Amino acid sequence: MNAITKNENDALARAVLEINVNNHPGVMSHVVGLFSRRAYNVEGILCLPVGDGSQSRIWLMLIEDHRLPQMIKQVEKLEDVIAIRRHNADHAVFQDLESFFRP
Amino acid sequence: MTETLTGAQITVRLLERQGIRTVAGIPGGAILPIYDALGQSSAIHHVLARHEQGAGFMAQGLARSTGQPAVCLASSGPGATNLLTAIADAKLDSIPLVAITGQVPKAMIGTDAFQEVDTYGLSIPITKHNFLVSSAEELLAVIPRAFEIAASGRPGPVLVDIPKDVQTQAIEIGEWPEPGRAQPTTPTDPALIAQAAAMINAAERPILYLGGGVVHSGAATTAVDLAEKSNLPTVMTLMALGTMPVDHPLSLGMLGMHAARYTNLALEECDLLIAVGARFDDRATGKVAAFCPQAKIIHIDIDPAELDKIKTAHLGIAADVQEALTQLLPAVSDNDRQVWVDRNNTLKAEFPFEMPGLDNPRSHFGLIRTVAACLDNEATVTTDVGQHQMWVAQAYPLRRPRQWLTSGGLGTMGFGVPAAIGAALAEPHRTVVCFTGDGSILMNIQELVTAAEENVNVKIVLMDNATLGLVHQQQTLFYGERLFASQFKSSPDFIKIAQGFGIAAVDLDLAANPCAALMEAIARPGPCLIHASIDAEQKVYPMVPPGAANRDMIGA
Ligand SMILES: Cc1ncc(C[n+]2csc(CCOP(=O)(O)OP(=O)(O)O)c2C)c(N)n1
Repeated sequence: MNAITKNENDALARAVLEINVNNHPGVMSHVVGLFSRRAYNVEGILCLPVGDGSQSRIWLMLIEDHRLPQMIKQVEKLEDVIAIRRHNADHAVFQDLESFFRP
Repeated sequence: MTETLTGAQITVRLLERQGIRTVAGIPGGAILPIYDALGQSSAIHHVLARHEQGAGFMAQGLARSTGQPAVCLASSGPGATNLLTAIADAKLDSIPLVAITGQVPKAMIGTDAFQEVDTYGLSIPITKHNFLVSSAEELLAVIPRAFEIAASGRPGPVLVDIPKDVQTQAIEIGEWPEPGRAQPTTPTDPALIAQAAAMINAAERPILYLGGGVVHSGAATTAVDLAEKSNLPTVMTLMALGTMPVDHPLSLGMLGMHAARYTNLALEECDLLIAVGARFDDRATGKVAAFCPQAKIIHIDIDPAELDKIKTAHLGIAADVQEALTQLLPAVSDNDRQVWVDRNNTLKAEFPFEMPGLDNPRSHFGLIRTVAACLDNEATVTTDVGQHQMWVAQAYPLRRPRQWLTSGGLGTMGFGVPAAIGAALAEPHRTVVCFTGDGSILMNIQELVTAAEENVNVKIVLMDNATLGLVHQQQTLFYGERLFASQFKSSPDFIKIAQGFGIAAVDLDLAANPCAALMEAIARPGPCLIHASIDAEQKVYPMVPPGAANRDMIGA
């Protein structure tokens, strides 16, 4: 099981990935499939189209572990991935969303 | 000048323009428009397989023997699901394949329509890339792109799922796209090459470790040149067999789980491992922490994700290996490495690879060597999966890249016969030998009739031990000899089966002179099954127990 308690969760280092992709119905499945296949839990997902809508940006929040560099390389290999950037956990993108996730 | 064509006709025309001359598949409702168009093509020969998995492996045989992307076709639903194993197999061995599947019409997708399955979703994790095509227009971009992706960089399978209404949609075509080809690779960083050369020149006990990538990039000759220039003892993965002739003085043969003792022991002692187009698979490395414990590692691979995946390299170079080796060659100095070469020869003499029964064609090694003696380096060898596969890997004198077609990464029983048919279709001037087991052959036995129909020059050598031999071996060695579900209680009459499918058959068990019978069967053109009973108690030795370090080999 990947599920961990909120407290444990807070103690772990997190990373945020910013992924620019071609916007089509299969792309999300391609990206998150790389994680689910390796039993690597994705803690947060945000995705919206950018510009004219031919591309989207996916934001992933992850708990950092030793597999993360390999995950990033695997994501980079996807045909529909245009760019990937890694940010620290304090990146603003997920921060203002807390109010939508109160139990 | 414009012409009006349907999506199906466009697909076939694009395949023709790609230079595709042979495809394998099975029709069904959702792909009938494409079959209708294919029937009108005089350029493309369609091989009617008897199971879609067979079609997939035939395409693999075409692709593995030529290095060019090959095509298989299936209908929606069960046709597509039957293809999946062959596609997954191509993914793990980096084989360029373009699989085209029919899909229910767009408007019916998601309704659990007859023979609807989520082919796109199912194929995501086992393809390099996949497409669900939404218009005939899109085919003009997708089909060439599928070939480009399959062939570029690290090769792999691409699936194109085409709904039936896209196949029947007619559009006007003015201009055709260029066929999709392998994209040129990014140039190798000269600074990294210089660093690699310096490490090789400074090493005292280097070993060159060749993987399947050497075959894919056409780098076998360059790799051998490099080995010779710097006197690098060389190990090969299962996938790389044939890149350096086994009888080359620098060859240490296959490494890993079923290597000769001297091979794994030499790796123990090496101070520099030069991994080229190899991915540190667990069957090659054994317990990774104990693999080449004294060595620095140079890792050259076209796939950046392979660098540092299993073992952290001291120097990782993401590059096409042919290009990298070509640059490396002049930068590496001549070196006779007498001490290290002598040490390797001592290891070979002290821990030799034993092949008992070599002169007895009724023993496993004797049979393999007798078959080899009937053939030259022009022959192609395919295998199924099991003990026979490992024995052939150990004993067959492979001397040519693309001579050896075997299911490495996925280890799929059922690979051998259809892959041999594909190889024979691709290169009709060669004799293709398929070594198989009595378990494996039954997994795609139906393709014997395809072999008969196509009259391919395929010799199937069935090493019949009346068991699932490799399972039998594992149960004997690691499960307290509790043999369960590994011995067949009844066996079919393989001679009658082959004859029933319309191909010649020879039973070596009944031959007064098995060598002469083999020679005759192999020399006679056309498909033939050669049946030979072998001893079920024989083991593949030496063996590194699963999870153990390569130095801890058991047996022989
Ligand atoms: C499709 C598939 N199912 C199961 C296995 C597991 N498996 C590996 S080797 C083997 C036995 C193969 O028997 P056979 O083809 O007779 O070859 P032998 O080992 O006897 O030479 C089995 C069942 C496999 N590799 N592939």
